[in-house]
Amino acid sequence: MLAFLGRRFLIAIPTIILISIFVFGMQKLLPGDPVLAMAGEERDPEVIAFLREKYHLNDPITVQYFSWISNAFRGDLGISLRTNQPVLELIGQKLPVTIQLATMALVIALFIGIPAGVLSAYKKGTWVDWLANIIALSGLSIPNFWLGIMLILLVSVNLGWLPASGYRPLTEDFWLSIKTMLMPAFVLGTGLAASLMRHTRSAMLGVLRSDYVRTARAKGMSEGTVLVNHALRNAMVPIVTVTTLLFGELLAGAVLTEQIFTIPGFGKLVVDAVFNRDYAVVQGIVLCTGVAFIFMNILADATYRVLNPRMRDK
Amino acid sequence: MTATAELPVKLDAVAAKPQSRFRKKLTSSRPAFFGGILVLFFVVVALLAPILPIADPIATDWLAVRKPPTSAHPFGTDEIGRDMLSRMIWGARASLLAGVISVAIAVLLGVPFGVLAGYCRGLTDNVISRFTEALLAVPFLILAIALAAFMGPSLRNVMIAIGLSAMPLFIRIARGQTMAVMTEDYIESARAIGIGHGAMVWRYILPNIFPPILIQATLTIATAIIAEASLSFLGLGQQPPAPSWGSMLNTAKNFLEQAPWMALYPGASIFLVVLGFNLLGDGLRDALDPREI
Repeated sequence: MLAFLGRRFLIAIPTIILISIFVFGMQKLLPGDPVLAMAGEERDPEVIAFLREKYHLNDPITVQYFSWISNAFRGDLGISLRTNQPVLELIGQKLPVTIQLATMALVIALFIGIPAGVLSAYKKGTWVDWLANIIALSGLSIPNFWLGIMLILLVSVNLGWLPASGYRPLTEDFWLSIKTMLMPAFVLGTGLAASLMRHTRSAMLGVLRSDYVRTARAKGMSEGTVLVNHALRNAMVPIVTVTTLLFGELLAGAVLTEQIFTIPGFGKLVVDAVFNRDYAVVQGIVLCTGVAFIFMNILADATYRVLNPRMRDK
Repeated sequence: MTATAELPVKLDAVAAKPQSRFRKKLTSSRPAFFGGILVLFFVVVALLAPILPIADPIATDWLAVRKPPTSAHPFGTDEIGRDMLSRMIWGARASLLAGVISVAIAVLLGVPFGVLAGYCRGLTDNVISRFTEALLAVPFLILAIALAAFMGPSLRNVMIAIGLSAMPLFIRIARGQTMAVMTEDYIESARAIGIGHGAMVWRYILPNIFPPILIQATLTIATAIIAEASLSFLGLGQQPPAPSWGSMLNTAKNFLEQAPWMALYPGASIFLVVLGFNLLGDGLRDALDPREI
């Protein structure tokens, strides 16, 4: 396993370097001069010259890139234009909020998606399967920001059951924090639940046709035992891998969910940075999500090998 | 029973022309049919927007601010008295245009790179594949938001941003499909008779990798429509006063208690058109899947 992980990390290095070139080039190649945005409305030539010097913008582009990437490897992703805080510190502050939201969303998605997928596969071709598929496809088609708005209207404005917005850290008030995050997590979890349902159904359909399930049934085992102990256990291998890969969807979904429910997390940081033309923060976020996604991919591969002994020898 | 007695059923299926088999499977699929009808409805409405007898989508009426649906305004009015129905219909143009153009950008850029990687293999494949992996590592919406932010807010830039963000998906599919097609006997035969690279790609590879790309394009239009709505919702897409479903929802969220219809119709339209493309994409996948023959 260690050799496998080492190999995967080595393969990841060129990809990370490419992401860094892309993130760096994004600012250089696209129209718009960030210094003009930094210099404010007066655009004083002296200020512009100072900023160009400060951010090494007069250096050749390769020098600029190597200076930026070597700082990035040391954890220095630059300074936020708006808050004057180091970008990495800013991301570190916002990330726990999004991790709480994403974890709750994932739990909701797993509780809905897996049982629905199992049931749909078990009842293949019946109205249960048909209904589960329609609900899953609707879950994939519904824009989560609209679902959020509609739920605020129904659950908060009309019924007054849950708060419409805001955030309370877990450490301050555990139950209030869970209560505030419940609706956003449900909104974020819907699309994931639909994705998981479809993957679970497909994995279960394959497993339910296998010989060992037929053998288990022939031995007189109850349907519940066959489904849970034999079928689902084997179907879980691809499901766990897919769940790990849903990380990207969770992060992207969090951008809009946090915006609607005014949650001060990673997603809101992205939007605020975009509107404040805080390029260092935007670059830092894209780089961090890219690198994190690569590590999640490696984790998915490693989990697959742990869960599927046949993969270990390959 | 002899083996030949069992054969005719399968032979009939194989003997039918692929096009008619595909058409039959697609039209017999109820979800795909329903999806096609939904998509067709929105496309027709969007195309007919200029000639439909509806109000000016940007004309304000301060005497009819936030009016609930009535016969004069079947979908009500917005916060400055603009007709919601008219804005919905014109908004359909922005959404569909964004969906189709961004996917066209993704296909036109992605497929050539994918075919090149799958056809040439070696170093070219390695470089293109690493580049694709790097782009795929950044979540689609975050990449689109970052690109749109750097290019500046406008519908055109949003389409480019979504197109570029979806491009790696098509590179990967085209590469994989090209590699699969390259192992076929007819490619070997074409090589044996000395067909050039250009003709090989144009005559043998592209027609054979087209079906999975069409399926993916249909499904990606659904994703692109949601992405456009999301970016417009964030204020990065269609700029006011031009209508777009996403920007209409952005305004509507501030008037949820006073004018809930402002949020209901644009969101429901996004949902229905995306559902239509997803149903159609699923139907196409089932109809074009050779394993189903």
